[in-house]
Amino acid sequence: MVAEEKITYEDQGAAANGVVLSVKDLKMHFPIKEGLRRKTVGHVYAVDGVSFDVGHAETLGLVGESGCGKSTTARAVIRLLDPTDGEINFLGTDITRMSRKDLRPIRRDMQIVFQDPYASLNPRMTVREIVAEPLRIHGLYEDGGEDRVAELLRTVQLSPEHGNRFPHEFSGGQRQRIGIARALALNPTMLLLDEPVSALDVSIQAQVINLLQEIQGELDLSYLFIAHDLSVVRHISHRVGVMYLGHIVELGTREEIFENPTHPYTQALLSAVPIPDPRRREGRERIVLRGDVPNPANPPSGCVFRTRCWKAQDICAEEEPPLIEQFGHLSACHFAAPVEVISKSEAN
Amino acid sequence: MTEPVLSIRDLVVEFDTTDGVVHAVDGVSYDVHPGETMGVVGESGSGKSVTVMAALGLIQIPPGRIVNGEVLYKGRNILGLDEDELRKIRNKEIAMIFQDPMTSLNPVFKVGDQIAEALLVHDDKLTDDAARKRTVDLLEMVGVPNPDRRFDQYPHEYSGGMRQRAMIAMAMANQPSVLIADEPTTALDVTIQAQVLEVMKVAAEETGAGTVMITHDLGVVAEMADRVTVMYAGRVVESGTVDEIFHNPKHPYTLGLMMSLPRVTGEMQKLLPIPGNPPSVISLPPGCAFHPRCRMSEGRELCRTKVPELVEASPGHMSACHFPDEVAIEAKREASVTGLEV
Repeated sequence: MVAEEKITYEDQGAAANGVVLSVKDLKMHFPIKEGLRRKTVGHVYAVDGVSFDVGHAETLGLVGESGCGKSTTARAVIRLLDPTDGEINFLGTDITRMSRKDLRPIRRDMQIVFQDPYASLNPRMTVREIVAEPLRIHGLYEDGGEDRVAELLRTVQLSPEHGNRFPHEFSGGQRQRIGIARALALNPTMLLLDEPVSALDVSIQAQVINLLQEIQGELDLSYLFIAHDLSVVRHISHRVGVMYLGHIVELGTREEIFENPTHPYTQALLSAVPIPDPRRREGRERIVLRGDVPNPANPPSGCVFRTRCWKAQDICAEEEPPLIEQFGHLSACHFAAPVEVISKSEAN
Repeated sequence: MTEPVLSIRDLVVEFDTTDGVVHAVDGVSYDVHPGETMGVVGESGSGKSVTVMAALGLIQIPPGRIVNGEVLYKGRNILGLDEDELRKIRNKEIAMIFQDPMTSLNPVFKVGDQIAEALLVHDDKLTDDAARKRTVDLLEMVGVPNPDRRFDQYPHEYSGGMRQRAMIAMAMANQPSVLIADEPTTALDVTIQAQVLEVMKVAAEETGAGTVMITHDLGVVAEMADRVTVMYAGRVVESGTVDEIFHNPKHPYTLGLMMSLPRVTGEMQKLLPIPGNPPSVISLPPGCAFHPRCRMSEGRELCRTKVPELVEASPGHMSACHFPDEVAIEAKREASVTGLEV
């Protein structure tokens, strides 16, 4: 009942190669205003030229530290923000400059799940109302909406009887399931998942990760999965993009990124992850980065990572390294070279 | 082995709430020896923070209440000492590092002055100049660049990682015998976390203190701890050396945590979560508090009726499970699902 007007991925010429979302050179600059007249005195370059594709039934993980622009990227992609520049192509349609009204049918196909399950659910609505709301907004509730809500609650492994309760009666993990049920209500093609498990305890986090994987398998969903936790990203993603200061610095399959990273930042990041195995404590080499992430309002010239990079040369300040194929996958470094930072075989 | 520098014995802490009595800490015991790091792991609400807060007289009474227990610092019970005496021990003898360095530093005072104050409070003879010099040394030790200039800056001028370093410097200031770090790196990015953990190791070495590292992060524990205490629903369910806990767990909850954890090393093919949710500490399940979520307890009367005591399952390795020797068998079974050999 929901699917009639849905743009399906098979219908789309541009999507025929399996690409559901294609982002090209996306820029999101926020003006810095000062003084009584709110004069623009500069910009925060939160996202500064990001390009990636997400395929049918594929998970692309975007990983990076706070302030790297990964969440801003997701918000611009779903047009909660108006991008400064670039192109967002979803199911063959350019949605970069689309009006709110025209975006409505698109929004059915692309839904977002937020990090904080306490802030993203209206405390005055019952769970049934929360999950039914997207159906009502799109005029689909009258026709079998009640059954649909029950089905959605079962999909996320909550019982339909939970529908009469309010969000405060649920734990963090259950709330996140409610958020996922709401996102699934309109049968989307793609979910943007912005740190969906970061606020959850390990045992609950595992439940939600498994749920996301099961749903993807059943419904052939595409995921853009945003997280700072490299272990979670490795576990759930098919391909991974590593972000630093508004740029994707490396992009490849998860094996390429985790087993054969070529960008110094990816290598430093992987070397810093604590590994839950005391037998690996010895003999691990840690790449310690100097200093802090530069101010995104005043990013370094050339390569944005050069101020903290041990490989930096003159060229790094002069020329911005393009994200190009090196050693089998994309890397934005003048001196890209594969290094095995984490090996499987070390254990035991 | 040396005498423990800090020993928590049978601590019971309750809180009165409108919904009933919260049994936040229910008979917790662990020891910390000089120079070692004791990792205390557990999920939110397991009582890992409340245990040390209560031990140091930092919970509000009422609604809180210490029902039972002893906290032995160098053999002397400090539980129930009056505030003046406790204040002398806190920071000087037992120093704490909290999760959020922004809320534990005063925003209107210079960082350097706050560290110097910690020194001056406990030493009447120290001059201001000497305190400044010692503070600059401390800042340098924890890796704050340009420590002399940084001394005169305010907390907002420090980044998150730098603030946590300043907190560690403050904790080290009086050469404490015990360092208690409560989720010291949880708010930090992974590259900054790595730096701060390195600094924590330096701090422990410099002071020779026994460290209590409270965290929910098994990676941090594996990296830092010598011994580990695992907590669940206000109780200790397992304790032992870090290698035993990770490679020979004897409690199904500990095993459940391992099998729930995605690995950056890629060994985990499929996660096997612990089913259900943690119990309410207002009304704990009868018997073993973990039994409703335990794959090993199915059909077992004992788990539902009798609270298992924390007893030695093998030398130096304590478990509060009725069937500690079956955990290894369960681990093999679960490994066939997850691909992770414990």
